[in-house]
Amino acid sequence: MTIIEAPDQGEPDVVVHGVLDTSHSGPTRLVRAAVYGAVGLIALLALGLTVGAGQARLGIGSGSDAHVLALSGKVVVLTLGAVILALAGYQAWQGFGRRATPYVAGVVALLFLVAFLAWVSLHGIKATVDVQGLLQNAIGLSVPLVLGAMAGVMCERSGVINVAIEGQMLAGAWAAAFVGTLAGSWFGLVGGVAAGAVMGLLLALFAIKFMVNQVVLGVVLNVLAAGLTGFFFDAFMANDATRYNQPDLLREWDVPGLSHIPFLGPLLFSANAVVYLTYVVIIAVDVILFRTRWGLRTRAVGEHPRAADTVGIRVLALRYRNVLVGSAIAGLGGAYFTIGSVGAFSKNITSGNGFIALAAVIFGRWSPRGATAAALLFGFASALNTRLSILLPSAPTDLLAMLPYVATIVAVAGLVGKVRAPGADGEPYVKQ
Amino acid sequence: MRLRTSRQTWDSLLITVLAFITALVISAILIAIADDRTRSAAGYFFQYPQDTFTYAGQAIGNTYRALFEGAIFNPRTAGNGTAGTLGPISETLTYATPLIAGGLGVGLAFRAGLFNIGGQGQILAAAICAGYVGFHWHLPVVLHLVVAIVAGILGGALWGGITGWLKARTGAHEVITTIMLNYVALNLLNYLLKVKGFQNSASGQAISFPVDHNAQLPLLLGSGLRVHLGIVLSVLAAVFFWWLMKYSRLGFRLRAVGANPLAAKTAGMNVERSYLAVMLLSGAFFGLAGVSQILGTNDALTNDVDAGVGFDAITVALLGRANPVGTVVAGLLFGALHAGSANMQQYTPIDLVQVVQGLIVLFIAAPAAIRAIFRIKARGASTGAELAKGWNG
Amino acid sequence: MRLELRGITKRFGSLTANDHIDLVVEPGEIHALLGENGAGKSTLMNVLYGLYQPDEGEILLDGEPVTFAGPGDAMAAGIGMVHQHFMLIPVFTVAENIELGHERVRGGLLGFLDRRRARAAVEEVSQRYGLHVPVDALVQDLPVGVQQRVEILKALVRDARVLILDEPSAVLTPQETDDLMEIMRALKEAGTAIVFITHKLREVRAVADKITVIRRGRVVGTATPDASTNELASLMVGRPVQLNIAKDPADPGDEVLAAEDVRVVDEVGTVVVDQVSFAVRAGEIYALAGVQGNGQTELTEALVGLQPVQSGTVTIEGTDVTRATTDDILGMGVGYVPEDRLEDGLVSSFTVAENLVLDLYDQPPYAGRLNLDLGVIRTNAEQRVEEFDVRTSSVDHAASTLSGGNQQKVVLARELSRPLKLFIVAQPTRGLDVGSMEFVHARIVQERDNGAAVVLVSSELDEVMGLADRIGVMYRGKIIGEVPAGTSAEEIGMLMAGTLPGTEAAS
Repeated sequence: MTIIEAPDQGEPDVVVHGVLDTSHSGPTRLVRAAVYGAVGLIALLALGLTVGAGQARLGIGSGSDAHVLALSGKVVVLTLGAVILALAGYQAWQGFGRRATPYVAGVVALLFLVAFLAWVSLHGIKATVDVQGLLQNAIGLSVPLVLGAMAGVMCERSGVINVAIEGQMLAGAWAAAFVGTLAGSWFGLVGGVAAGAVMGLLLALFAIKFMVNQVVLGVVLNVLAAGLTGFFFDAFMANDATRYNQPDLLREWDVPGLSHIPFLGPLLFSANAVVYLTYVVIIAVDVILFRTRWGLRTRAVGEHPRAADTVGIRVLALRYRNVLVGSAIAGLGGAYFTIGSVGAFSKNITSGNGFIALAAVIFGRWSPRGATAAALLFGFASALNTRLSILLPSAPTDLLAMLPYVATIVAVAGLVGKVRAPGADGEPYVKQ
Repeated sequence: MRLRTSRQTWDSLLITVLAFITALVISAILIAIADDRTRSAAGYFFQYPQDTFTYAGQAIGNTYRALFEGAIFNPRTAGNGTAGTLGPISETLTYATPLIAGGLGVGLAFRAGLFNIGGQGQILAAAICAGYVGFHWHLPVVLHLVVAIVAGILGGALWGGITGWLKARTGAHEVITTIMLNYVALNLLNYLLKVKGFQNSASGQAISFPVDHNAQLPLLLGSGLRVHLGIVLSVLAAVFFWWLMKYSRLGFRLRAVGANPLAAKTAGMNVERSYLAVMLLSGAFFGLAGVSQILGTNDALTNDVDAGVGFDAITVALLGRANPVGTVVAGLLFGALHAGSANMQQYTPIDLVQVVQGLIVLFIAAPAAIRAIFRIKARGASTGAELAKGWNG
Repeated sequence: MRLELRGITKRFGSLTANDHIDLVVEPGEIHALLGENGAGKSTLMNVLYGLYQPDEGEILLDGEPVTFAGPGDAMAAGIGMVHQHFMLIPVFTVAENIELGHERVRGGLLGFLDRRRARAAVEEVSQRYGLHVPVDALVQDLPVGVQQRVEILKALVRDARVLILDEPSAVLTPQETDDLMEIMRALKEAGTAIVFITHKLREVRAVADKITVIRRGRVVGTATPDASTNELASLMVGRPVQLNIAKDPADPGDEVLAAEDVRVVDEVGTVVVDQVSFAVRAGEIYALAGVQGNGQTELTEALVGLQPVQSGTVTIEGTDVTRATTDDILGMGVGYVPEDRLEDGLVSSFTVAENLVLDLYDQPPYAGRLNLDLGVIRTNAEQRVEEFDVRTSSVDHAASTLSGGNQQKVVLARELSRPLKLFIVAQPTRGLDVGSMEFVHARIVQERDNGAAVVLVSSELDEVMGLADRIGVMYRGKIIGEVPAGTSAEEIGMLMAGTLPGTEAAS
């Protein structure tokens, strides 16, 4: 304890003149251009030169709306490759602005994927690539990732690192199955959310009150969640599944009107409650963080808690609230594994999804939109991989499965722009 | 100073003991809940409360006794030759081997201010390298083993080194990169286990060829017992850790960088190179854990050859407070828990062990929680927040 | 609003930071709270602002006793504070920072922010007091002086009737300080009571109505602004103060350090050191003066290889060290005392003995090829502790257990424990009490007299004028003027504000 204030991050360091905008010029711009260029060249050369003759067939729509887009494979692949190269050229020459960059990157990825799927349809076991089914799977796989990522964003924006997303989801999955079997799946949903929140309470208590290193804590809570759910699985569910582990699935429900939109309708608006809640959560987290008092204070507490304290914000209470809300969202994500898709609980059913969600938080730079996009990307990559292992049995799907992880490493290594966590993320706050 | 130190040691010992007691009490409650007889007796608790307590007591007693007998000494099998007498100890040592090596790896990184959660990936990388040398090369006795061990340690060091290199070059946070590299290694191994020359073609499973006998770590207590030379290597590794941290120039530098990288840099130390060195060494310790898994405990590669050691090692390092003696003791203790769990399974679900382990470490990491539970006054200003730092730090 | 503190006592363990302090501040009065570093001024204000709870005593507002559980209560009661380290969120806009904590919302369960009204309120208050700020700019992009205005606005928007300014001029240029004093006078006219915490005598005399002097947690006297500087200084320190530092004239030898057109760019691309050239000879003290944040830190770091030099050259005794590592530079006989000793100078969890070899641990006699010689390290530590009078009961204690002055002595002892050609020392007395200050000054002069070239970085004008043989003044990354010892404070002050003698203010 000392009365000389320790020099802290608030130490101002000025001299503001001649600031360069690094995003628009110099190495970053050219690195991006090189990445786009490489993608374009792969599309043109690796795919374009090898693509077989004939029509590429992509299936969209389902049921009575099913259609097949058929076009010459060579034309599709070469055209898309050329467009990507054109984008790369513009990037190298002028550079896209800061705002446009994520969209351009998205478009490049999308064009490449279409080219790739066209190629697959001419070389795979089946002549038609079922794009609709692929996207359907992608959404299914993305739902828990998105929810997990939103859980991470809520916690970390207030300054508490959440490495325990995995454990929160696992607890949610278990409780949803257990309660769902005993009392029906709606109660199961509530149980899952509550179980996530209970795990969150542990995280909050030990991180905020007892000031345990939050990464250590997250790891330990994951061990604990795996142990507890495994223990109770063996103690109850394994012996008597009908009584304890046979929840009804949440029923799918078509949104009147919207579900009839061709292509998108069946994809987005014919689903169960967890999926709809996911939409709500994404919008809610974004709105809360950036448009409400709660969000302003959350971000303040995550960046500079002492400053927030000096204007009368109750730092610790706010962190508790955010961690609880966040982990409840993770619990909802966990519930999706059981009552939202598979039904019964099995040990370690979340199989690392919590860690991928954490990667999505970081990949998405701690922003709700970015994290959602990253989670969708990871979900899609995983769905694509599953599909490929069927269509192209010779494809090295295990190597492709590495891509989301490698992408995250590339992102944190700053090769595609600097990633910055909230200023006080992971630092316990001690009132003087 | 002497007085202070011994008081602090006493304090942390007390916290450790109380953390154990707390964890065992909570686990006992779980055992009672999971016990069918106790549960049904609880249904008529208000008529015959003693039934509930009797059954719960039996369940708890049986479980902990079985755990002990599976891990340390079983009086009922003690007569049946070496296997019966030393069997439990042999199992404990076998499980402890990679835990100690891995715990040292995590502990070393801790001391240098880094958090290595990449044990899984580093063990898998080591196992791939050691395994490949073990089944693909055919070398004379001793030489084959030595080459395979070195290959494994290098593999682990390399995988850890990627994280260190990324941190040094770009500042990428090691927690994130190590988690990601775990999955990369797992997928790499999955891939290799389907590749010709790696996959045991006869089996049709995702399993590699078996390691040559020449490249296997020799068993210490004869063929009936699993304990192998790996435990000796792990203890030697702990001795090396002790020398490194206390008496070596490198250790001084790593500790300085861990405690205050800015001051270390100002004093002319190369912080970036230190990060690389730490992660290479930390990965090398995990490499040893991988070696003992593939050349000792198992003899062929599968995708679960790491046996969860990567994460368990973190708990070992925390319990052992990142010092060599503590890590060896913690490794033996958690090894014993794993060894006893199989025998315990007749009374309560096997995952109890993981719960116990998680609870112990949770409370060890939060001395303030233990103080709150047992109403012990804090001595000095130790809040447990020394390790706390964020993504940016 | 009339503020009264009665018998405020605050203890931290065995240390009594405030000992029965009484203080009355009338409305429309600027009341200076004067004291050395560590005298307990900031603690007192943190008590008043609800950040600390007093152990004894009470706070009265207009005669009514009040208690503050937190800053929220203090603000509600009309007390505002501008902290020494600004309490601003760098990634928020000015409006968001001002709004934070009492946001205007459009209602609804979640409380949607009403940014339009918030902006309007900020603009209204900033008009009223003539405090102009760019409402939509991010705080991290603003100069310190403007950030401080944002801090003041934060208090005013909340209708503060008592405004506490904690060492407000520490980071300002003299020009900005003058502006600040204008603002203080304007607020005073409007009836605001101002508590002005400082250790700078000049400012106190310029602006205060009443002065209370605090030493070691106690009120040791009150004074009026017409008291002489010497009177105030001796009240503050508790004994007659020798404001001048005793030293002989310099006897410069050969050129040791030469910097030519050195340019340093920080990681976000800002030019922090701009074409700086200067040379220092053996046996002289060259001071780099300037307001904090004008590139001195970066320049010294560049000299010892801690910051990459983008262009230009640095030579030491003719050897080009522009691209050399810190290790190599220190190895050439360069001693370096960084400005932030806790952050950069010491590993606070290491023992005193370990800290005393922090940059020598890998050289004989302290180490062999791989191993350390713990015995030699210990003997060395005992000698240094003796020689530099470091107050510690054992060299095995962690450095964090020492006082600020003793920590600085450890750093000095380490750097001066080998023969030096060049000694670079930054802010050597920041946060030290007067006793330690005198010791440090004497050692610096002694090192000069031993024939080392000394580079002194200091933002304390008195220290610069007392120690330096030549003075280079830095402003916005450049050395805008080089003057000999004995130059008047006014002239140096003008340079620090970027004004060249005989010209209008530089752009």
